[in-house]
Order: sequence, then C-alpha cells, then structure tokens
Amino acid sequence: MTDQTPKMPRRDFLDTAVRKLPAWLLVFKLINPAELLGNSDSTDVGNSKYDPTQHDYAMGVAVHKCIGCGRCADACKTENDVPREPLYFRTWVERYITSTDGETQVDSPNGGINGFPQAQRESGILRTFFVPKLCNHCSKPPCVQVCPVGATFQSRDGVVLVDETYCVGCRYCIQACPYGARYLHPKKKIADKCTFCYHRVVKGHVPACVEVCPTQARVFGEAGQQSSPLRRFLRFNDVTVLKSWLNTKPKVYYAGADGEVR
Amino acid sequence: MRSLLKKILASLSTTDYNLTDFVLNASIDIDIVMRQIRIPKQLIPPIILFAVAAVALIVARQLLVPGTFGKFGFYRATAVDEIASLKMVYAGFRACSECHDDILQTKQQGSHKGLACETCHGAAAAHAEAPDESLPTIPKGRDYCQLCHAYNPSRPTGFPQIIPETHNPGKACTTCHNSHSPQLKPEAEECSTCHGGIANQKVVSFHAALPCARCHAVPKEHLLEPRLVKAAKPTSRNLCGECHAVGADSPSDIPRIDLASHGENVVCWECHYPHFPEAK
Amino acid sequence: MIDVTRLAAELPNVTGYIYPNEYELHWGILIVVYPYLTGLVAGAFILASLERVFKVKALQPVYRLSLLTAFSFLLVAPLPLLAHLGHPERFSEMFLTPHTESAMAMFGFVYAWYLMVVLLLEIWFDYRRDIVFWAKEKGGFVKYVYRFLTFGVSDTSDAAIRFDDKIGRVITIIGIPSAFLLHGYVGFIFGSVKANPWWSSVLMPIVFLFSAIVSGIAIVLLIYMVSTMFRWKQVSMPCMNKLAELLFYAILVDFSLEALDFIQRLYESEESINILSQMISSRLFISLIISQVILGTLIPLVALAAARFGRIPDEMRRIMYLVAAVLVQVGIFSTRWNVVIGGQLFSKSLRGLTFYKLELFGLEGLLASGALIVLPFVILFILVKLFSPWDRQEVDVTSSKA
Repeated sequence: MTDQTPKMPRRDFLDTAVRKLPAWLLVFKLINPAELLGNSDSTDVGNSKYDPTQHDYAMGVAVHKCIGCGRCADACKTENDVPREPLYFRTWVERYITSTDGETQVDSPNGGINGFPQAQRESGILRTFFVPKLCNHCSKPPCVQVCPVGATFQSRDGVVLVDETYCVGCRYCIQACPYGARYLHPKKKIADKCTFCYHRVVKGHVPACVEVCPTQARVFGEAGQQSSPLRRFLRFNDVTVLKSWLNTKPKVYYAGADGEVR
Repeated sequence: MRSLLKKILASLSTTDYNLTDFVLNASIDIDIVMRQIRIPKQLIPPIILFAVAAVALIVARQLLVPGTFGKFGFYRATAVDEIASLKMVYAGFRACSECHDDILQTKQQGSHKGLACETCHGAAAAHAEAPDESLPTIPKGRDYCQLCHAYNPSRPTGFPQIIPETHNPGKACTTCHNSHSPQLKPEAEECSTCHGGIANQKVVSFHAALPCARCHAVPKEHLLEPRLVKAAKPTSRNLCGECHAVGADSPSDIPRIDLASHGENVVCWECHYPHFPEAK
Repeated sequence: MIDVTRLAAELPNVTGYIYPNEYELHWGILIVVYPYLTGLVAGAFILASLERVFKVKALQPVYRLSLLTAFSFLLVAPLPLLAHLGHPERFSEMFLTPHTESAMAMFGFVYAWYLMVVLLLEIWFDYRRDIVFWAKEKGGFVKYVYRFLTFGVSDTSDAAIRFDDKIGRVITIIGIPSAFLLHGYVGFIFGSVKANPWWSSVLMPIVFLFSAIVSGIAIVLLIYMVSTMFRWKQVSMPCMNKLAELLFYAILVDFSLEALDFIQRLYESEESINILSQMISSRLFISLIISQVILGTLIPLVALAAARFGRIPDEMRRIMYLVAAVLVQVGIFSTRWNVVIGGQLFSKSLRGLTFYKLELFGLEGLLASGALIVLPFVILFILVKLFSPWDRQEVDVTSSKA
C-alpha cells in the first residue's frame, strides 16, 4: 500500500460520500424530484375491464352512400371540442366533380359542415360524388415515425393518438402526414387529429361521425374479428386505401373511391 | 503495467471488502497510470467536463422521464388512459331508447330508420345524464332537412331529393312530413320522388310518355328497402325492339332499326341513354 | 400565435383545392432561418478545416475568424427552433426521450456534440496559449475571464503547444463529418418526408450541405473584408483570391446539383409536376427564378470568375468579391425559403396552391427573424474583441500608401 498521508483529504471525502450515499438515495425516494417538477406518473395503468390487446380498430367508408350532408364533420367538432374555425378539422367531406372534358374539381367548403352549395355547373358533369376524409390510423404511420419525442404513438388497439402533455409542438408530424389529417390546436399548441373517438370506443360505442351518419356510409369495427360490421364491409366491397404507394398501410378502407380521389 | 494491474486486482479480491478503500486504491492507481502514459494536463478539464455532462444527462433521465414512458411502446402509457377517460358528448342511440322507445319504434318503421336521434337533435349525453337540465334541440323550419334532401347532383342516384325553391316554398317540412317516420304521401309514390334527376330528363324527352314500369320491373319492397331490393333493369334488346324493331307493332313515327345488324352484340343502352334518347 | 380572422380573410387567395388543415402554413420564416444559420456554421467550419487539415496556407488569415464565426452562429442556431415550438418549455424531452426513428430527435445530440466536442474544444486548444498569455498581461475584468478559461492549466511549453496542435488537427478531422452531420441531418429531415414531393429526394441532404458550404465561404469572405476595412487594415489578397476561388467552385457544384434535380424532375414528369410547375411560375417566381437562380447563383458565378481569373485591378476585385458574397447570402437564404416555404405552398392533394402571410411583428415575424440573423454578428463582435483572430503580420491601410 502506498503511503496514505497525502491522500487523507480525498479519503475523508470518499468516506463521507460512500457512507452517506444510502441516505441520499432514501431522501430521493421520499421526495421524488420528478414529482416536484410536475412529472408524476402513476405506474398503475389501464382500466381493468378493457383489454386493448383484444382489439384492432379500423374503419370503412362507402363512397357511394355518402350524401354530403356534413353531419359527421359537425358531430366530430362537437364531440371532441375542436375549434370551429374553418382551419381545423379532424374529419371533413370533399366533393369531386369530373366534367365531360376530363377535368376534376374538388372542394370542401368549411369541411362540408354546412353542406355543399350548388355546383357551378349542372350540365357537362360526367361523375360526381362525396368523399369523407379523416385520419387513416395507418399501420405504418409516418407521423409516429417522425415524432422526435414520442408524443404521438400507435396504441395497442391500433389507434394513433397524441399525448397532449408531452407534445412539444414542432409540427413535424403534420408535415409528414400525407393525408392532411393533422393540425396544430390553436389554444393547446399541440398537434391534434382524429382519435377514432377513442374515449367512446373503449366504452363500446362508435365514433361520433359513425353515430350520426344518416346513410351508414361510415362503418366502424374490428379488423380482426369475424363478427364485426367492418369485416362484412371488407368482404363485400372492392376496397382501396388512399395513396397506397406511400406504404403507410392505412386502416380506413374506401369502397367505391374513384381514381381521382387523393 | 502488469504490476499495476496486479495491484488493482489484488485490492479487488480482499476478503474484508471496503468500498472506500477500493475507490481510494483505484484513484491512486489511475493517478499512477496517467503519469506513466503522460496525459497532458490540458486534457483534464475537457475530460472532467464531459464526464460531468454525461452523468448529469443520465441522472436527469432517471429523474425527469415520466414513469410509464416506454411501458407499452415509445410513449407515456398513462396518456392512453387520459384520452380514454374523456367525457362523451354524444350519447348514442341506445341512451335515447331508455325513455323515448315509442319514438324509436316509429322511426324503425319508416325511411329514417338508419338515422340516429342525435343527427337531428344534436349531442344529447348531457340530456341523458340530467334530462330536465339540458334539452336537445328540435330543428324547425325548412333549413335543416335541406342539408340532406336539397337537390345536389353529387348525391347518389335514388336518394330522395327535392328542389327547395319549387317544393312547397315557405312551408315548414314538418307540415306534411312526420320527421320520425317521413312516409311519402300516397300520390307521391312516383319514382320521381327519389329519382328526380332521371324524371326531369325523361319528361322532356321522346320517352316522356313511357312509364318507368314499362322497362323496369319494380317490386313493391323497393319502396320500403330501396338499397336492398332494387328495381330490375331490362336484359335484352328485344325490349327496345318491341317499339323500335322494323316490323314492330307501334306508332309509325317511332324510329326503326334492324335489330339483327344494328349495334353488334351489345345492349341498346350501352350507347343510347334511354331516359333521354335524343342525346348524342 | 396565428391570427385566425386574418387567415380566414385570406382564403380567397387559395387557388384550386387544398386540404382544410393546410390553410395554416406550419413551418414559417423561423424554420427558414434555422438551416440558414446552421449552414453558415457548417460552411465556416469546413473553410477552417481546409486550412488546418488540408493545409491550404492562403487561408491562414481567416482560420480563427472562421472558427469564431461558426461558434457565434452555432450559439444562435437553437433560438429559432425554440421560438417556433408550441411548447418550448418541453424542449428537454428531446434529450430525455429522443425517438431514434426521427431525424429531428438527432438535433439535441448532434448539436451538443458539435458545440462541445468540435467547436469549443477546437477553439480552446487553438487559443489556449494566447489565453494563458492574456490572463497574465491584460487588466481589468477581462483578466478574470481569461483566468477562468485557462481551467487551471497554464502549461505553454513547446511540448504542450505541439500537443495542442496535434489534438487540434484530430478534432478538426472529427469535426468535418460532424459538420456534415450537423447540417446534413436538416436536409434529411426534409428529404425523408415521403408525403411531400417537393422535399422527398435523395439529393436533399447533399444539396443542403453544398449550399451550406457556399454560404459559409461567402460569409467569412464578407466578414473578413468588412471587419478589416473597419479596422483600417489591408486584406491579404492571396487569402481573398483563395476564398473567391473556393466560393466559385462551391457555387458551381451546388448549382450543378440543383440543376440536376430540376432537369430530372422535368424529365420524369411524374404526377406532382403539374402543381409544382404552377407553384414555381406563380408563388415562387421571385424567390426562385429571380432571387435564388439569377441573383444568387448566376450573377455571382460570372462576377467571381471575371474578378478572380480576369485581369482586373485589386480594388475592383475586392468590390466584385464583396458584391458576389452579398448576393450569395441572398441566394442561399432564398434557397432555404424555397425549400421550406415552397414545400408547403402546394397542397398534398396536388390540386391547389395556398399562400404564406409573413407577419412583421411577433415571434414568427420578419423583425424577429432579422434580429436572429443579426445576433450572431453581435456575438462575433464580442468574441473578436476578447479573442483576437487577426494575423500579427497585418498591414495597415495607411502604411501601404507611404
């Protein structure tokens, strides 16, 4: 052993630190600094009756049934307290008008909430229809991929959600969504979007837009269950998804969507 | 070098293990090692600062990252519960049936059976909770019904539509129609009630005098379940031939064609629009 | 933050169809300023590395200036990002729970690495001998600043200086790919967004990097010339010529890459070409054709070539270099504008164009952005006063006339 005399101050310091270390740990346990900083998070998670691993939600849209009444867009804003300005929509309805000379025009006045005014032209229309749009809750969501902090995520039951208290508002997810489904909430300053009315579906209800659709153009259900209206929808219709070449694997299936639909 | 390592290992394996002594020995040996390798003095401040920064980051991670983060995926697991526990604003149709089952039964008999109560009466969860305190709205006048029933060419064919300016202007819709079961008036059991677009074309065409049933076999269930039971479309050219074939028993001013040679194998309506045959 | 009534009033300016959520442009002028600033950092550092690692001796007079310039701009770089966040107080989440699938999550670590390991260390090791000297010689309050910055190490022996030099070289060598990463990852943030056909491109990180090098060389040229003028000294003409030469080649490469991207897009003519052509000829005409291409690339190319390789008197050369460098700054800022704002001016439905309303006041306003661009120069001024980068052999303007 080398001579310890010149090292005494160091030894004393180490001695004190090591002996008092357990005490410091205990202090930290009693007063959790995370709680002081407002970051308390109970580890007790989940409603015992609802098991998310037993569900996988998806939606179907029957384009040929949509009448463009806009009740869905209106109900969504009411149910989810979305700002009423024509700048923020969790779901909206588009009108496509293809004329006989091949040009397609699309419009969505206030997302379709107040219905659609008369078309500019009565004659020369080749095809025209309404297309409801919403977040597609993709299986491979590009928005989740780009979130820098893990504030948006795919839940275990297949719904893409945003953690309000964690989002920093960088807006990268809004840029990354190919479908224009996201917006920045003007008051909360976080990214927001359709949640499939998660708070309704876990209680056995359907999303508000599905609830109020007069023609059942929107079908909600489980992708993995035989006894689900969605399964019947998928069996009987030639379904497409939006922008399939982007490989986002959307879970909103469109029946009867024209090739002009983007 | 080897003697140093031996010393370090020896100090590790002492039976009466003393943490302080261990750390002390280790730090002494680090000193000696550093002097041997001759690490220049100017590297010490950066190394210390980086070590402090790294430790600070690790400690911060332990303290500041929320507890449930990463439990089910790269997110805060509690967020799912927070979203799931939001209050519902729409009650769902089952809630209405608890008190208003009679209206629900009426609705199920008519063409509004697919319509949820809250579509017209607005969000009613508050009303379901406290019926006397919060009343749903009742749309009156003509504006609300027009959201669905005002004529718009983009609506699918066969959806009942009217042109508001000409259809009983000024009168509220409920004057003639019961909104919970909007039976069509008997004289309005015309095809034109729902197929107005087609009727408007046919009425100014050469085929104006032809009733719809002349070509389409309409089962009576079609009026009750329009989407499930559809009217039949004709299947052969012979139907048109009953008037338009060369030797047909029909008025002489009807244009004739030779069924055998005109238009190859296709049915007549591949090219001709029967509801407005003048169109080119 | 966003004036909703004003935005709604501008709705008639939309042409065609855009998704309802696209009325509000999300990444505004602050996100234009950020890559502009980090581009200058990367470019200035590459310039410094040319002298240190690749031994381009003519650049010796601007070596320390480049480092200090990079440092000043790096200090200001996170500010536009912080100002832009919806919740800047939650910025620590980027360090605590960085989502490794997201390019943006890299920011915290790349920035920290570059600031601490590359710039701070390199500057310290390069200036260490002078700091020790100044700690002894200077008086007043600054004396304590220098003493603190010696971090207790006052060894200025030949061996220590040789070690400083060696480790400085090592750090610069590490710093070159770090600089590429610092600015390249911004290009990747845009280039990897498959939803946006204007951004989604393999070339995006490369183009970003080369335009960064262009802007970095130009800014050092500008700062060197202007500050030397104000100090009544003479610039080193070989250094200026070298800077102009490097700038010329860098612009050439950068322009070739962008022209390649443009030609390829036109040739392939895939679905988005219609709306993108419409956007370039209407919304982006001034910022792309006029500002980026003509003013920012073609005119500087001609001016630099003529001044550097033609037979022109030195005074005229300097003026042409100065004008070219200023135009380059305008051009590179326009490049960033065209990428960031341009990518949001057309709808993802490919059916319409929207508008960007640049405010004057407010955190996302023109004045705030102007302040953010001026701030690094203020910091640089202070740094230059504290850590003089000037060559000891500089010649006075007046003495040369004698």
